[in-house]
Amino acid sequence: MDAAAADPTIWLFLAQLGSVVLVLALVYRPLGDYIAATYTGTRTLRVEKGLYRMIGVDPASEQSWPSYLRSVLAFSAVGVLAVYALQRLQPVLPYSLGLPPTIEPLAFNTAISFVTNTNWQSYSPELTLGYTVQLAGLAVQNFLSAAVGIAVAVALIRGFAYRSSGTIGNFWVDLTRGTLRILLPLSVVAAVVLLAGGVIQNFSGFQEVTTISGGTAVVPGGPVASQEAIKLLGTNGGGFFNANSAHPFENPTPWTSIVEVLLFLVIPFSMPRAFGRMVGDNRQGIAIVGTMAVLFVVSLSLMTWAELAGSGTAPQLAGGAMEGKETRFGILGSTLYATSTTLTSTGSVNSMHDSFTSLGGGVALVNMMLGEVAPGGVGGGLYGILVVAIIAVFIAGLMVGRTPEYLGKRLGAREIKLASLYILTTPTLVLVGTALSFAIPAVRQDVEGTSIWNPGLHGFSEVLYAFTSAANNNGSAFAGLTANTPWFNTALGVAMFLGRFLPIVFVLALAGSLAAQDKIPVTPGTLPTHRPQFVGLLIGTVLLVSALTYFPVLALGPLAEGL
Amino acid sequence: MRMRQTWTALRALVILTLVLGVGYPLLITGIGQLALPAQANGSLVRSDGAVVGSVLIGQSFTDADGNALPEWFQSRPSAAGAGYDGGASSGSNYGPENPDLVSAIQDRKSAIESLESVTASEIPADALTASASGLDPHISPAYALLQVPRVAAARGIPETQVRALVKSFIQGRDLGYLGDPTVNVLQLNIALAKLG
Repeated sequence: MDAAAADPTIWLFLAQLGSVVLVLALVYRPLGDYIAATYTGTRTLRVEKGLYRMIGVDPASEQSWPSYLRSVLAFSAVGVLAVYALQRLQPVLPYSLGLPPTIEPLAFNTAISFVTNTNWQSYSPELTLGYTVQLAGLAVQNFLSAAVGIAVAVALIRGFAYRSSGTIGNFWVDLTRGTLRILLPLSVVAAVVLLAGGVIQNFSGFQEVTTISGGTAVVPGGPVASQEAIKLLGTNGGGFFNANSAHPFENPTPWTSIVEVLLFLVIPFSMPRAFGRMVGDNRQGIAIVGTMAVLFVVSLSLMTWAELAGSGTAPQLAGGAMEGKETRFGILGSTLYATSTTLTSTGSVNSMHDSFTSLGGGVALVNMMLGEVAPGGVGGGLYGILVVAIIAVFIAGLMVGRTPEYLGKRLGAREIKLASLYILTTPTLVLVGTALSFAIPAVRQDVEGTSIWNPGLHGFSEVLYAFTSAANNNGSAFAGLTANTPWFNTALGVAMFLGRFLPIVFVLALAGSLAAQDKIPVTPGTLPTHRPQFVGLLIGTVLLVSALTYFPVLALGPLAEGL
Repeated sequence: MRMRQTWTALRALVILTLVLGVGYPLLITGIGQLALPAQANGSLVRSDGAVVGSVLIGQSFTDADGNALPEWFQSRPSAAGAGYDGGASSGSNYGPENPDLVSAIQDRKSAIESLESVTASEIPADALTASASGLDPHISPAYALLQVPRVAAARGIPETQVRALVKSFIQGRDLGYLGDPTVNVLQLNIALAKLG
């Protein structure tokens, strides 16, 4: 690329990044404050009162952490059964477009996928799901799994904020408020904006037309805008169409694409403000959001550099890394989306990550391996980074030989054990799942013969990417992989389930044990957790924890292919 | 206790499904159909009164065997079904080192070299690669301009006229900095047909 062509690219990159940062910075305070007020307010809206009465919940009561956890699990279990049943009953449901019931392993995988906020899709939606399953099953879980995630994050914040308390909030109240006060109103606004940009909202099915050159073309229909809005706002990511947000009916223009990116960044990047507010020190929120922002900008720059450089045999031959990218988004619009979606646990795509350059695709993989904390999912991002913060404070405490404390709460053996278990869960699932795919002879044959699409090292990366995505509840894919097989539907289903609910168990236990403590006063020996020094420590801990764990497998996949 | 939680969960799910799975999409459908019907129904385009496609969904301009029809501007390669199948959106998902992708790019290169009578170095990347959706309605301005001499010759119209038409269809970046400049192939071809 000559200098004249390179120059505008840099400016376009900075203008695009600058717009994202500006919007998020403007929204940070009002939205964060609104989220905090939503979960701390004592007022109950009239519709909420009606709902509590119908489900038999006293909104004034609070739950202990085991009770809160049981509610989360019961609600999620009922959700899995409902999505499973809807898929199996598809032929008798209205607007099913004549499609058959989903087969059992796929129905299992999809039910878990949407309830765990992962939105991994082993299937091609156009060919598999009618409108009723999409609306009453998947879109509903897009709201509810997001509301559950935020509720768990809020419960952990309460752990820090409460003093000597036996309770951490009321799950049903948190669920209801998150859904009705945050996600639903924002989704209505987002859906209308997307509609204006060209996202469709109809019940027309597939329309066949005769083209001007005498051929035929198919124009798909569907209630897309309503689903697209919550798919993004709730960091879900499950596409209405197979091509997800690369499909022109999900994402018609460059400006809708940046709006979509903002939709899935806006809540995770505002959660630290809600956190700072609820623990009574906004500087704590700034330190957390600063950590997220630094990781985000570095990651985006790396991936963009890799894709612009376009190394690799096919991109070099074509004269650019445009395989799997849409003309209207170009490389910059594609890498912004890809970085944001893999760092937020959204997992929707506007370009095909499997076709990225080896290193560009590797960055997407590493983004998920960071544990979805920069900024992570709507709720998972905040509770994830707070767990890493606990580890960071512990490491710092070891270095100076003091009992670690964070936000006035002592971090004893129990807290550190829970945080460590949290940190260990996803890497274990990723590495064990990937290893089993190649270690069990019969499975290996199926994986290599049926599932893997690209030969050689890239095929290994497809499997590694799948388990990384599932265990971290991201949902994006190196989509060449044929995952609609008994092995992947089952193994990824288990990885998604454990990757979601084991961490939630540890987080809620942590919330309970923190809430039970009284606050200890700040002394000159207390490690300040709002300064740049702590941001550096936190970034270092995020990188250390994931880099050490994953370096060997990365060396087998994208690094070996790209270097 | 546990049964009670499950019962609460079930009731909550049913009520919230009615609100979020029925009420919300119907509200958005109502708004779409009343306030933004053109977009909500797929930005359909008509030519001589008949719907000929959606401005947002790419089409192929080839014969039944997939050979380019020389009198039309060509879209990008597509991995959606047999090519631009609106019922099966998809990218190729070929990795950067996949030999099948390498040979596909080589084949496309030589096909375009002979169709357009150009040298390989003049062909832009979008002409040689399949998009993410397989339904990309756009090509780059460079690829559109590359096709001008061939389209003009096939239609017997002066090249300058076709080139001017293409230039009038070049769409800049959104807000001047978002995305890449594009040409919408279907819109261009509809206007082209009106030229004669």
